[in-house]
Amino acid sequence: MKTILNIKNIVAVLMISGLAFNCSNDDDMNTVIPTPTEQDFTGIYAQQDQMGRPAVNTVFVSSSAKDMFNVTPPSQQGAAFQSMFQDNLMGLSPAFANPGDMNALGLDAATFTGLLATDVLSLSLDGETTFFNPNSGALLTGRALADDVITVELILIFGGEEGLTNPEYPTLSNDNVDANDKPFSASFPYLASAW
Amino acid sequence: MKKMKVLLGIGAVAVAGFFMVAADHIDAPAVQGGTSDITDFYAFQGQDTNNVVFVANVQGLLSPSATADASFDENVLIEINIDTTGDNVEDLVIQAIPRDGKMYFFGPVSPGTAGLNSSIETSGAQSVVDITPYGSQAIVKNSNGLKIFAGPRDDPFFMDFAQFGEILAGNATGFNNPGSDTFAGSNVMSIVVEVPKSFIGGSGTVNTWVESKRKQ
Repeated sequence: MKTILNIKNIVAVLMISGLAFNCSNDDDMNTVIPTPTEQDFTGIYAQQDQMGRPAVNTVFVSSSAKDMFNVTPPSQQGAAFQSMFQDNLMGLSPAFANPGDMNALGLDAATFTGLLATDVLSLSLDGETTFFNPNSGALLTGRALADDVITVELILIFGGEEGLTNPEYPTLSNDNVDANDKPFSASFPYLASAW
Repeated sequence: MKKMKVLLGIGAVAVAGFFMVAADHIDAPAVQGGTSDITDFYAFQGQDTNNVVFVANVQGLLSPSATADASFDENVLIEINIDTTGDNVEDLVIQAIPRDGKMYFFGPVSPGTAGLNSSIETSGAQSVVDITPYGSQAIVKNSNGLKIFAGPRDDPFFMDFAQFGEILAGNATGFNNPGSDTFAGSNVMSIVVEVPKSFIGGSGTVNTWVESKRKQ
């Protein structure tokens, strides 16, 4: 019995050796075992969507131009879209209905939409990164996960000159959803697990 | 739980029926509901304050059951653009493209050409992470100084979008208090990359944005 087992082992070893030899032959013939660098990364990739700040395309670009906005490089967006943004802002918000109206940043409709039309997100490499922090006064230094960006934007659109403390249209200046439905993590990857 | 899934499914369909949605979810006809539809973009200082974090989310409004079947599209390149000179033209890109269940990252690297058409910048540092399956612990990789992740996550965006739609439609004059988070319980496909600040200029302010690009 023991001998038979030994013979089985020897046969198994020989078979494994044969396999190893075959593999070795394959290597010699450069038969490919895929490695990461041999994936196909060729080709041209053409732009379909883009985004800098939240809600810019959705709120300020007219329906017929939304696709065009997504394929206009940021360096060209201001010239192409500022006047459309201004028309849509003044149509949307009664707080910008009159000449000289400004928002809480002291920006009139033309200046505010000039800022928004170039849809890039500024990111500070020197400290606090937030869309807006009323306590520190930091503004547009990034966008953190917990930032209530929609309320900030509503204040700037509907709040008028004193939007932060005494908004002109208070029921339009806060959606009263102030936080995410799941807590974020303090460590990478920061976002909450999927539902 | 099953009832919740059904409810969420109905909610997603109702939301998709609106002509405009939220942060960038289904923002435009050519991309809405597709694998290249960007929902959100975040950029913030990391837990290690020597680093910054970029988050690019695509394919919004996924119900839990839809999330299990969702995947990144191998024909869609996600490109994080970084302008270090203040002209709103990208000087550096970080690219992410899926292959065989893994997400490949390249960069930060100077793009061969700026603008609407891109090649995958294989000259940039290559980092690879397994795409985290639905329901699994987040798979995180440290590579070339970067931390990288790709997979389904809870949509971090929050807003009473439904009520905003009612306001725009003339059916309401303001928001409710408390409001209701239209995006509660829905997921996105998320790409997260943490980068040393020294890789993208070190100090000062950069301009940044995300693009999705489809293979031609």
